[in-house]
Amino acid sequence: MNYLDFEKPLAEIEGKANELRALAKTSEGMDVEKEAAALDAKAGQMLKDLYGGLTAWRKCQVARHPDRPHCKSYIEALFTEYTPLAGDRNFADDHAVMGGMARLGDRPVMVIGHEKGHDTKTRIERNFGMARPEGYRKAIRLLDLADRFNLPVVTLVDTPGAYPGKGAEERGQSEAIARSTEKSLQIGVPVVSVVIGEGGSGGAVAFATANRVAMLEHSIYSVISPEGCASILWKDAEKMREAAEALRLTAQDLKQLGVVDRIIKEPLGGAQRDRAATIKAVGEALESMIGELADKSRAALIKDRRKKFLDMGRKGLAA
Amino acid sequence: MNWITNYVRPTINSIFSRREMPENLWSKCPECGTMLFHRELTDNLNVCTNCDHHLGITPRERFRALFDGGAFSEVKVPEPVLDPLHFRDQKKYPDRLRAAQKTTGEAEAMLVGAGEIGRTPVVVAAQDFSFMGGSMGMYVGNAIIAAAEKAVEMKRPLILFSAAGGARMQEGILSLMQMPRTTVAVQMLKEAGLPYIVVLTHPTTGGVTASYAMLGDVHIAEPNALICFAGPRVIEQTIREKLPEGFQRAEYLLDHGMLDRVTHRKHLRDELITITRMLMGLPPAVRGDLPPPEEGPDARPQSEAAAQQALTPDPAAPKAPEKPAKDTPKP
Ligand SMILES: [Zn+2]
Repeated sequence: MNYLDFEKPLAEIEGKANELRALAKTSEGMDVEKEAAALDAKAGQMLKDLYGGLTAWRKCQVARHPDRPHCKSYIEALFTEYTPLAGDRNFADDHAVMGGMARLGDRPVMVIGHEKGHDTKTRIERNFGMARPEGYRKAIRLLDLADRFNLPVVTLVDTPGAYPGKGAEERGQSEAIARSTEKSLQIGVPVVSVVIGEGGSGGAVAFATANRVAMLEHSIYSVISPEGCASILWKDAEKMREAAEALRLTAQDLKQLGVVDRIIKEPLGGAQRDRAATIKAVGEALESMIGELADKSRAALIKDRRKKFLDMGRKGLAA
Repeated sequence: MNWITNYVRPTINSIFSRREMPENLWSKCPECGTMLFHRELTDNLNVCTNCDHHLGITPRERFRALFDGGAFSEVKVPEPVLDPLHFRDQKKYPDRLRAAQKTTGEAEAMLVGAGEIGRTPVVVAAQDFSFMGGSMGMYVGNAIIAAAEKAVEMKRPLILFSAAGGARMQEGILSLMQMPRTTVAVQMLKEAGLPYIVVLTHPTTGGVTASYAMLGDVHIAEPNALICFAGPRVIEQTIREKLPEGFQRAEYLLDHGMLDRVTHRKHLRDELITITRMLMGLPPAVRGDLPPPEEGPDARPQSEAAAQQALTPDPAAPKAPEKPAKDTPKP
């Protein structure tokens, strides 16, 4: 279990409870259960307090928690017959972007998402979920395929942003992102999207240009990272707490602004504490969102998506 | 052909606008250090007369030089919700906005005009880097949508001059949402079968490059313009190595296949006329079929200036386009 800095007091209590129980196992006749249960209760209350009022910066930390389920976890648990499709037919296959055909229930769909990796080896392999132009061009190819064969599209968004690298720029990072957003707006099949962790700027928006966009309760979606914003506007990257607050990047803020359609509740203490329950909740949201769109014609789906974005920005947050 | 709007009004405009400018203003070329007299610089479209460095130019100055006789009608942009996030860093966002409005005299970071260039009806949108770094927020998004709608309504091409440090952070997620919103605007043009020409000027970066600036039918850039998604400093911090000379500059992007052309500002107008006329199925531009009226000392109709340039092409101009004289017969 990885604890975040603000979870330190919680780590102490849970650690004590674990120690007690371990001790009881080795020493005969020692009854610790009552004491351990009291610690459990205390930890439970603390979890409720901590997660009941997460600041924007703490939400960023939870959204980036290494133990959260990632794209691969959802694909493996929610879909059957997942058949990964690789490559942009032009330069390379980008491992920061997963995608392929799969069944959600009985329904064949196209699933596309950013994958961050879960340990050092896979994180490097996945480039920490930061896609290069090839990733966006692979997505364009899969969106096109989905469009031609009438497969609803499911996207899972989890990226710190598009990769800022020399090669990525030379091969047209901007153009690749722009074209993938364009393609997302053109296709005549339902597109549903869930921000499962970090929705990082332009790297995320192409995947989240959908008919329905949901966010996990403690996920974030922002024009710039709080650290980046702090270093530009406050001239001090350490002011990320202030920047996170000002950017209004939480799921709750985005729902109020009309940018996302629904919030998927996370288990107490965040997705990392009960991965299975989180994955199940996301699965239900996907079924429900696709269900809402299933009867719409191709033209209606395109119109619906365009209108959704054209109408955005008509309301602000309450003072 | 409206003689009044094309010749008389701009003459009046130019008299008034000249008065607003301090007469003895000098500015220094940031590239070669030459001191340039303001008037001389303005007459040269804000391009250094010594080294050809392209300095910033406001949308209004650009329109004055671009549209026939400097005349255009401003396209109204729907006002967005002001400060939807109640954003505050070291300053309040509305205070930053007001300061930018005061220094630029403009409402926001994009100006949209409808008019004619070389007798070719067009809609033109230009981003204003001097207004909060040209940043793309809801107003800029609304401006691009309004420009596209106007172009579709009038069945005209849209020419867009981009210049921005990226998205406007003070509008948070709503600025990011301008990427799909402006993409819808581009789609309106494509569906109506109308050309969408992008002129990328210094600098065009971030979410702006990664949306409407890279979706043109034709991409033209001004020389040495920085055009990128991630800025060079961010990349250097990430990869921890020095970037090659000219990285992410217009000529570099041209070499890497991201642009169609790199064009000197003084040739841009003729090139835009040539391109839009061909794409719209119009006959070649004919210059000088209407004699300009008596000129005041400050009147300088662009068609004549352009014709002069065609006679005396600048041999030092990098990547000069085909001489306009070739496809535009003079009287
Ligand atoms: Zn110079």
